Amino acid sequence: MKEDDAILAVLARHGNDGSRLMQILRETQEALGWLAPETITAIARGVNWPRAKVEGTAAFYSFFHTRPRGKYCVLWSDNITDRMLGNRDLMQAMCAKLWLEPGRLSEDGLVSVNTTSCTGMCDQGPALLVNYRAVTRMDMARVEQMAELIRNQVPVEQWPAEWFRVEDNIRRKDALLDHGLVPGEALAAAMERGPAGLIDEIKASGLRGRGGAGFSTGMKWEFCRNAPGNGDQPAHYVVCNADEGEPGTFKDRVLLTSHADLVFEGMTLAGYAIGAQKGLMYLRGEYRYMKDALEAVLARRRDDRLLGKRILDKDFDFDIEIHFGAGAYVCGEESALIESLEGKPGRPRIRPPFPVTHGYLNQPTTVNNVETLAAACLVARHGGAWYARLGTAKSAGTKLLSVSGDVERPGIYEYPFGVTVRQVLDDAGATGCVQGVQVSGPSGVTLSADELDRRICFEDIPTAGAFMVFDCTRDMFEVARNFAHFFAHESCGFCTPCRVGTQVVARLMDKLATGHGSQYDIDEMFKMHRLMQGASHCGLGNSACNPLFDTLNKFRPAYERRLKSLEYEPAFDLDAALSQARQMTGRDDAGAHLENAE
Amino acid sequence: MSDQNTFLLDGEEIPFVPGQTIMQAAQAAGKYIPHLCWHPEFKPHGSCKLCTVKVNGRFGSSCTMEAATGQNVENRTQELDDKRRTLLQLLFVEGNHFCPSCEKSGNCLLQATAYDLGMMTPHFDHFYPDRPVDASHPDVMLDFNRCILCSLCVQASELADKKFVFVMGGRGMRGRKIIINSESGKLGDTDFAVGDRAASICPVGVILRKRVGFAVPYGERTYDKAPGSALEAAK
Repeated sequence: MKEDDAILAVLARHGNDGSRLMQILRETQEALGWLAPETITAIARGVNWPRAKVEGTAAFYSFFHTRPRGKYCVLWSDNITDRMLGNRDLMQAMCAKLWLEPGRLSEDGLVSVNTTSCTGMCDQGPALLVNYRAVTRMDMARVEQMAELIRNQVPVEQWPAEWFRVEDNIRRKDALLDHGLVPGEALAAAMERGPAGLIDEIKASGLRGRGGAGFSTGMKWEFCRNAPGNGDQPAHYVVCNADEGEPGTFKDRVLLTSHADLVFEGMTLAGYAIGAQKGLMYLRGEYRYMKDALEAVLARRRDDRLLGKRILDKDFDFDIEIHFGAGAYVCGEESALIESLEGKPGRPRIRPPFPVTHGYLNQPTTVNNVETLAAACLVARHGGAWYARLGTAKSAGTKLLSVSGDVERPGIYEYPFGVTVRQVLDDAGATGCVQGVQVSGPSGVTLSADELDRRICFEDIPTAGAFMVFDCTRDMFEVARNFAHFFAHESCGFCTPCRVGTQVVARLMDKLATGHGSQYDIDEMFKMHRLMQGASHCGLGNSACNPLFDTLNKFRPAYERRLKSLEYEPAFDLDAALSQARQMTGRDDAGAHLENAE
Repeated sequence: MSDQNTFLLDGEEIPFVPGQTIMQAAQAAGKYIPHLCWHPEFKPHGSCKLCTVKVNGRFGSSCTMEAATGQNVENRTQELDDKRRTLLQLLFVEGNHFCPSCEKSGNCLLQATAYDLGMMTPHFDHFYPDRPVDASHPDVMLDFNRCILCSLCVQASELADKKFVFVMGGRGMRGRKIIINSESGKLGDTDFAVGDRAASICPVGVILRKRVGFAVPYGERTYDKAPGSALEAAK
């Protein structure tokens, strides 16, 4: 009965609106621990959706649990940068202390320990989530303490606050981070110009999308403004893409921590420009800990007449609501994000039509990156011509880089576009000799040491902001293998090439890792790259083999030293096939092993 | 024929009505573009990717891309058929397909398409997923081992039967699956009926009618008489 009340309270809070299913599921899970079959039935009844649709959404997202998850759910961030900082050993140690296997709920139902995709704390790893709260800078001492607290069933709220401290680590500021704007300043300037005037300035500024694709922001706003609303309740919407799931990226976290006003004001500008009354921020579930602080900023802005009815006493109503994701990288793709905002699995839509004409609730919607919206405030305040002078000819403005890996000073670096990779490495204090740099995350590009004079800009290397550095002691094959498993985990599963292809590729990489690979397997990977790049439904599948392709071309020896032969080798390993029997009998002596026939 | 509304499909001029997809126009002209998840009764799903063609040098799904004047569409080229064969192999190793004992053998579009495209082996290592069967319904059983995630049963149940018995849910190769609309997850606990459109839409052997096994012997079945390419193009 108590459980039913909790579900009804959540449903009431969201007006029994199925399009708010993501938030309903998250809040219900926060109240009840997990989403039991009868919980899903109750929610389906509440929102008047077929039960299977509700279950379909719940089953899609990593952070929704349709099986009991335990009182403590520990998820270790498993980006390559976490691995380089030793997360695997720490997780093993934690599992040993808790008498657990990774991924299994303990016998007493108390705790589960597993891995998750990058949690956006690469500059202060190894990181983890405990009951979806972010913990940074894990080490062996903390592992021991944490295991103790879990065994003694101390509530997470009473754990040392220091563990949950997240640093900004801003190392270099430029026009954006040094904006000096007070809340409302950019908005007031924009209102002087009017919506069309604002769009003209944004177009003149040359501002391009900071999520990596680089579409002109002014054009996007103009298309959206000109698109008529659809159906009985026509409207326009602003969506801020704060899903920041690309491993190695954490600049949006810092912007939202220390410059939330700027981001919300950018959303308000977009709303003013396109004629919207509502803005939605889609924040990744990993950043759940920011909720109260961000809601407080929104409340203050309402008090200051910067949100709500008649903003700045003008004829403009606009408000913002924060929605949380639940652990799905693919929702960074704008149409998948919109599906998720509507309470559905994050499956990229068939395009066209594009969101600017048919987006959220089938209405014209502009989806912009956190950093793009923040930068729009600079344009609104100082004008397009002022902004266009920053950066290069085709890449106006500045870019935030999230620098992590083998550097002395990991953190956020802001540069005008056009900065060389070498300059970033020098400023961040690259340790030892640089072997490679992964720019823009796994879906970006792997640079070798002889490409360090290349430049960060749309003319050369476009980036969403990740910048992971690997020194000469690192194994570039393991970098690519980590990325291959990341994509296999994050593929939405909609289209055949990506769904099965990412799994085949991950398995080929594992085959090489265990020393069973041959030239044949490398050729197979190239074949999968060619298939997935052309035939996949969205950018995830199209770019999933980029790191393999780059590392195979630029770091070939890292692969070749693993090859058993240059012809074909089967993946089957006679001795490994006995591992289950060894585990069951507890034997590991010589007699329990078989030599593979050579 | 007006000059305006035509495009080239493998060098041949194909007429189209504005708003038609490349697949629809090709179909209307009796041309075969390989496909699995596309069905003329339902809206295109665009997931199997077998209908991938090259339009003016760029890859695209012919079932979702609108036909337009001036398009030069490559369809049955070696490059594209090679890719299709690989996609078929991926579908075969992803599930558990035991053609020699499958009730759908000879009536199966996956099998027929694989014959058409000359797929000789599965090529990749099998994944052997654990996919339980559901025999809870009195008249129909579900063998998810054969499921290729085409979503045709989802569309048929929603749009034709207005029932939502099947919904596609979960994520990735290991998670994505058909979810049954009941708390138990069993078909027997839904309002599904053997006469539903969804009961006869499955292109492979997932949705099987009980008590009618092997009524037509192997060798005398749909695709034993004519290849899939001929039958699908004539649909």
